[in-house]
Amino acid sequence: MAENSSLVRSTPAAMAARLKRRYAAETRFRLAGITAIALALGFLATLIFTIFSNGLTAFVQTSVKVEVAFDPEVLGIGNDRSPDALAGANYGQVIKESLYKQFPTVEGRSERRELVGLVSSGADITLRKMLAANPALIGTTQSVWLIAGDDIDMAMKGHISRTPGADGNRLTDRQLGWIGDLERQGAIRKGFNTTLFTTGDSREPELAGLWGAVVGSFFSLSITLIVCFPLGVATAVYLEEFAPKNKWTDIIEVNINNLAAVPSVVFGLLGLAIFLNFFGMPRSAPLVGGLVLALISLPTIIIAGRAALKAVPPSIREAALGLGASKQQMVTDHVLPLAMPGILTGTILGMAHALGETAPLLMIGMVAFIVDIPASPMDPAAVLPVQVYLWADSPERAFVERTSAAIMVLLFFLGMMNLAAILLRKKFERRW
Amino acid sequence: MQLLILMVVLLALTTFGFRLGRGRAIAASGNNPRLLHSLPRYHGYYVALWSGLPALFLIAAWLMLEPSLLHSAVMSALPADLQGLSEERLALVYNEVRNVARYGHVPSTDAVGQAAAGYIGVRDTVFLSVAALALALAVAGLAFARKRIEVELRARNRVESVVKVFLVLASLAAIFTTIGIVLSLLFESLRFFQAVSIFEFLFGTQWSPQMAIRSDQVGSSGAFGAIPLFTGTLLISGIAMLVAVPLGLLSAIYMSEYAAPKFRSVVKPLLEILAGIPTVVYGFFAALTVAPFFREIGASMGLSVASESALAAGMVMGIMIIPFVSSLSDDVITAVPNSLREGSYGLGATKSETIKQVVLPAALPGIVGGVLLAVSRAIGETMIVVMAAGLAANLTANPLEAVTTVTTQIVTLLVGDQEFDSPKTLAAFALGLVLFTVTLALNVVALSIVNKYREKYD
Amino acid sequence: MTAQTAAASLADRRLAKVSSRDVNVFYGEKHALKHVDLDIRANEVTALIGPSGCGKSTYLRCINRMNDLIENCQVTGSLSLDGDDVYDKKVDVVQLRARVGMVFQKPNPFPKSIYDNVAYGPRIHGMARDQAELDEVVMSSLERAGLLAEVKDRLEEPGTGLSGGQQQRLCIARAIAVSPEVILMDEPCSALDPIATAKVEELIDELRENFTIVIVTHSMQQAARVSQRTAFFHLGELVEVGDTEQIFTNPQHPLTQGYITGRFG
Repeated sequence: MAENSSLVRSTPAAMAARLKRRYAAETRFRLAGITAIALALGFLATLIFTIFSNGLTAFVQTSVKVEVAFDPEVLGIGNDRSPDALAGANYGQVIKESLYKQFPTVEGRSERRELVGLVSSGADITLRKMLAANPALIGTTQSVWLIAGDDIDMAMKGHISRTPGADGNRLTDRQLGWIGDLERQGAIRKGFNTTLFTTGDSREPELAGLWGAVVGSFFSLSITLIVCFPLGVATAVYLEEFAPKNKWTDIIEVNINNLAAVPSVVFGLLGLAIFLNFFGMPRSAPLVGGLVLALISLPTIIIAGRAALKAVPPSIREAALGLGASKQQMVTDHVLPLAMPGILTGTILGMAHALGETAPLLMIGMVAFIVDIPASPMDPAAVLPVQVYLWADSPERAFVERTSAAIMVLLFFLGMMNLAAILLRKKFERRW
Repeated sequence: MQLLILMVVLLALTTFGFRLGRGRAIAASGNNPRLLHSLPRYHGYYVALWSGLPALFLIAAWLMLEPSLLHSAVMSALPADLQGLSEERLALVYNEVRNVARYGHVPSTDAVGQAAAGYIGVRDTVFLSVAALALALAVAGLAFARKRIEVELRARNRVESVVKVFLVLASLAAIFTTIGIVLSLLFESLRFFQAVSIFEFLFGTQWSPQMAIRSDQVGSSGAFGAIPLFTGTLLISGIAMLVAVPLGLLSAIYMSEYAAPKFRSVVKPLLEILAGIPTVVYGFFAALTVAPFFREIGASMGLSVASESALAAGMVMGIMIIPFVSSLSDDVITAVPNSLREGSYGLGATKSETIKQVVLPAALPGIVGGVLLAVSRAIGETMIVVMAAGLAANLTANPLEAVTTVTTQIVTLLVGDQEFDSPKTLAAFALGLVLFTVTLALNVVALSIVNKYREKYD
Repeated sequence: MTAQTAAASLADRRLAKVSSRDVNVFYGEKHALKHVDLDIRANEVTALIGPSGCGKSTYLRCINRMNDLIENCQVTGSLSLDGDDVYDKKVDVVQLRARVGMVFQKPNPFPKSIYDNVAYGPRIHGMARDQAELDEVVMSSLERAGLLAEVKDRLEEPGTGLSGGQQQRLCIARAIAVSPEVILMDEPCSALDPIATAKVEELIDELRENFTIVIVTHSMQQAARVSQRTAFFHLGELVEVGDTEQIFTNPQHPLTQGYITGRFG
């Protein structure tokens, strides 16, 4: 037994108590770790659940069946059947008249206005398209399913109370009654919300769509890819394979690492000052957005590219050089192909990140209210995350579900891109 | 549009040049390519480069110079009365001329209409000359290069030097970006500091960036003291770190020290998802769910919680930052050599004692570096605060109130139809400069700490 | 084993501090240690020798259950300390490791001050009631490790700043500070230069007065210098055990003889 002259050992009881305390501390510590993970994942689950539960109903749109009488007198075209006349005809009035006829008991201005509110103010576009496709419909009466007004839509989905007499109802009791009538007649239904995926933005929620933003995102990311992939790969190749180890190369490396950590807002300021003001590029255009995003993604691609190049073993390089290949040939024919999966994975992840960027694009003006679908990267456009931001700002109840749906679409694209990156990495993962 | 056509034509020319060069090389060797110094395709590249590059440079130069060229052409052609206007008004006029010329807006005055016509005229003439010259250069280059093709030509070396130059230039893109950022921020900030003193900006406590349109306008105070913005940023970032550091660090400890490999392989990617969700989604979530939640809880406890409280924004930002802290800490903790752990276990320590007293202190520099990087991320975060935090400057330390941050103000100052030069918009650049400097400093410090730590254990 | 050696080993068992019977260790499918019967006597230095991969470190790590830290490691048989089964379910590993200390091949001082390195063990086990007692434990441990004179003016400096030999003596001081009964040493000098090695060997000789020491070593000369008993392992089996002098001058088993004379290893 070791000598411990001045040291008095604690009594066995005290030792046992102390040991118990120590093990209790151990259990508490473990528990803290699990709790932290549970909390973090719990937040994630809450976020996803909130978005999805709010957004699912947006994929459905309420329509109202109206007996539309294409009366040429009401349309105000008389005998004129030219395309211009048809385009400029008064479809709004047609809808109103048809509704009055469908609900003959309705009288008085305010009542009639409420009645017209059942249908979306943009429903006339549907009729215009019908007549443009088939002018022979003039003079006939057709059953047409028209998009319902956004409050009606909300009521049908249960987001707005349908009990008459409740305080602060957005719909009047009469309107609620009519909805009941329409239901009994089978004249109101919920169908897939194609508007959401085929139209551009609109002030009216029931007419608002994501397609414009999707096209805008597509154009922006294409420009980003075209600019930053060659530049990024070239820089990575240079720094990794050709650059001498001197002060200048160090400066470039430090620079790239710093750029990777600069807040994206600052890139927006750069875009504003240089692209918009100095070069006079078109505001709100995916071209400028794409360039700004390219600058943001550049460090990511360079860093991923360098890692991929570093992973290729020196033995392969030496073998190529030993056969008499020039350094550039060695890189192009041997190193790059082997590093390409890693480079592509990094690029896809960089693009995924760029897809979600919002702040810098706000600064270069992609926050305007754009209704038309952009036809080229020079036309003003919005991008998906900016569209989310714009809709999140709108007060109408119906925009809450649409914002959530837009987020679901955005997350879907991001999920696909990340999945592609993971599959790519798994397929080409090599163990040297 | 015409530029696109020009580029397509040039592309066709260079492709043709490539084919030509390659064929010529094979022919020059008498159909025996082994005699050539370089592979035939390098001869092809040689011709293509000679044909395409001069034209490309010309077009690039034109793209660079066109804006200023047009500007001076239009300005010098303006009638005398317009020329005497102040700089700001002239910029307005030029803007209008540009819009009329490009987008077909209706000119407000005849002078503007004429200037726009002049703009179009100059622009089209210059473009046509540039296009013609570019095509001429391309053809000339092609012919010149083709003539030089022979068996002895060291085409590969020439082509490779050009490629090398391209690689170097590409690498400089990153430097140019940084220079661009610094210059644009500095330039505009300096103009701002001519209107508002730097002391007032950095030390003033009143932020209400309204500038008068007319000097006699009421309420034209225009205070640009940024202290409330700094405190607001610190408050929200502080709350975010209070959430992210404990949760992130504890998660990392559990996953690297306690968790079974299967658990880790499932949970780690899940936590990474938190980092992949766009911040605009977090902002929406904060405004839609979290802020009202806190407001109601507060109301039920008798506290008055603002609907855009710093607490809500800070908490959601903290959730977003968790994966940054946890993934960096995980790497750092795993890097602590196992021999230290064995030494501790050998002495009879429990796992938690080993972690708390040996592993964490050893990993501390790396963890601190990671936390600093996370702080830098929090300070630079924009969308969450734009959507969930307030817009009015408020100098307070109370997390239940609404505050505004540097990034929010940068966005609100610039989103909207502002005159570009007013001090209001320039203030955004000054704020951007402060933001850039602070995040840069944080990153440099963090990286140096992490690197010093890595040296210790490698 | 002959009847004579069987009787001798019966007598040994009464002196045994650490006693193993039919100890087997499996790493997954691999049978790393086979049927080891070995007695370690108190207050002696026992050397475990043998070629690489023969299982000596594995056996060592069984004694203080450091093998528990390795996944898929299975230990069967009985291993007892002072007659108490070490692998019994009721045994608290934490307590065990306070009684059986370990010094590793590569010195692994904590990135703390020299004082805190040595004080770590007593602190977690609550062995000192106040600061004065703790100081005394640290000082006496450093002295017994032969390090006090060299570091007494710089106890606050980090342990990692010492030379290799000093670091290893620091690790020994650290192990002594918890007053163990047995000290296990896994090739403690293989990372040290000859002068430092000599100092550590001298230390081991002084320590055996108060501790039981089991040392794994690659160097037969070191085993001969330092130990009283030697056990020779080969491919996971204990081939021969006996007094050091006898093993090195008159080995009984042909394998032992082959290893000693350098025919393999």
